[in-house]
Amino acid sequence: MNKKSKQEYQKMVEKASPNSNLILDCIKAFVIGGLICCIGQVITNLFEYYGFSQNDLGIYTSSVLIFIASFMTGMGWYSKLGKFAGAGSVVPITGFSNSITSPAIEFKKEGYILGVGAKIFIIAGPVILYGILTSMAVGIIYYILK
Amino acid sequence: MAKRIGKQSVKFDKSISIKSTAATVGPKEGEGPLGKYFDVVLEDILAGEKSWEKAESKIVSNNMKLAVEKSKIGMDKIDYILAGDLLNQGSGSNYGVRDFNIPFFGLYGACSTFGESMCLGGILIESGAAENVLVGASSHFCAAEKQFRFPLDLGTQRPLTTTWTVTGDGAAVLSNEDNSPYITAITTGKMVDLGITDANNMGAAMAPAAAQAICSNFKDFDITPDYYDLIITGDLGKVGMELTTKLLKEEGYDISKNFTDCGVEIFDPVSQDTHAGGSGCACSATVFSSYFYEKVKRGELKRILFVPTGALMSSTSVQQGESIPGIAHAAVIENKRGNN
Amino acid sequence: MDYLKAFIVGGLICVIGQILIDKTKLTSARILVLFVVSGCILGGLGLYEPLVRFANAGATVPLPGFGYALAKGVMNEIDTSGITGILTGGLKASAAGITVAIVCGFLASLIFNPKEK
Repeated sequence: MNKKSKQEYQKMVEKASPNSNLILDCIKAFVIGGLICCIGQVITNLFEYYGFSQNDLGIYTSSVLIFIASFMTGMGWYSKLGKFAGAGSVVPITGFSNSITSPAIEFKKEGYILGVGAKIFIIAGPVILYGILTSMAVGIIYYILK
Repeated sequence: MAKRIGKQSVKFDKSISIKSTAATVGPKEGEGPLGKYFDVVLEDILAGEKSWEKAESKIVSNNMKLAVEKSKIGMDKIDYILAGDLLNQGSGSNYGVRDFNIPFFGLYGACSTFGESMCLGGILIESGAAENVLVGASSHFCAAEKQFRFPLDLGTQRPLTTTWTVTGDGAAVLSNEDNSPYITAITTGKMVDLGITDANNMGAAMAPAAAQAICSNFKDFDITPDYYDLIITGDLGKVGMELTTKLLKEEGYDISKNFTDCGVEIFDPVSQDTHAGGSGCACSATVFSSYFYEKVKRGELKRILFVPTGALMSSTSVQQGESIPGIAHAAVIENKRGNN
Repeated sequence: MDYLKAFIVGGLICVIGQILIDKTKLTSARILVLFVVSGCILGGLGLYEPLVRFANAGATVPLPGFGYALAKGVMNEIDTSGITGILTGGLKASAAGITVAIVCGFLASLIFNPKEK
């Protein structure tokens, strides 16, 4: 069996491995992702209607969505949604919230410092790190060009 | 004395009897097609404990006691325990047997551990070092996901090639008494790595090792696939089974007629949404210790080749981009001794 | 009309993510990083702003919107407080989102236990 080249075997594996249905996956991601954004729009419009400051509408909207997603994660609903929607529930800000709440719950047995405290960032940590790094790079270039 | 045959095999001279077995599984496995064969089906995946890791150790402890009870040998007559699991440092088994007060060898062969423990147990008895050996292997879906993948509540899709880690423990009491069925020979697997890096396709990573071990068994004993009523691999799943069949065909062996896999047998992929099948140490351990053990004991299967398979990566090696080596240990299990 | 635009643009951004997941086997953690970084770069180049004006929540709710907010925050901060804005702008802009997310995560860990799938 060791005689077989890795490339040959890789080809065999690709043939034997079932692929997910890309079209169907995309439709599900489109509908759920779109709906989450719609809900975001509803929240924004509501805050606007009740006279909240135009500048902070984004903050309020994100906060409400993050709270809802965190609650759904705790109830065990978000993983079910994610199974159906794939990227449709990963890409919106709700997916970011889910990526923070899920490890926080999972690692509580290891204590509140090195369990919850450290592991809460296992997925969000990289997002924040590279987000901030990129924003600094954008800032430096913007400052030089200004 | 045991006779070494060919490059990888050993034929036992003494009677190595599988005196008794016991299988405990979680709720999902209990709902599967083999549900009615298991000794204990837990209603609660936490088994009344505070964490999944503690639950696994409790399952190990209770199930091993059950196996010994069924053997009617008595705990004080057990000379060694050989056991392993998937958790870091083998903690599932270590904590499971810590109150047993019996000499213990902790094993790690990933999902091939049950095969490894049976082979080594057989060698211990054959050598005269032991009369009775308790062997076993366990895994826990939630504890394994937590250690190897992502948090359970993270909303992700599992690719269709993934397998579902079985929750449970399978254990057997091996004895030098004359009692059917018997382990009559073993073929110890080698590490085989054909460069698979996708940790979501373990069947593909393990298939070359399974094919290698089965092929060596045929060559060492100079037999053909029909020598066995059934060849049973551990947790290759649908993808791995197909690949193993193809790899062996290229070597000139057609096993498509008498080949199955514990991972394929344990779940119904459609209603249970387990994709390619079951996996984990407990997959081969529980399915053998219930369903197949009884079949061989009753003589419905006279001679089987039992081949638990393991993918020997760690979460660190995967992150470092290493490919995943596989291993498979084969045991010949027969209803009667001296069939040939 | 607001809602239709948000639905279509938001949905399409998710479809890009889905194609990446299915075709490249990227884990969701990598997708999140990729989307925030690209949103930030597009925001810096001034290319994301029009999309936000067109689709509103459809562009701000998906993660590139988070990246866009980082870029916009840095640039605004530089405009108002000069060079220190490079250091403070990003975290200031994302402060609310991150704070709410980790507070909710912490509270959830007090209340909930992980659920088996």
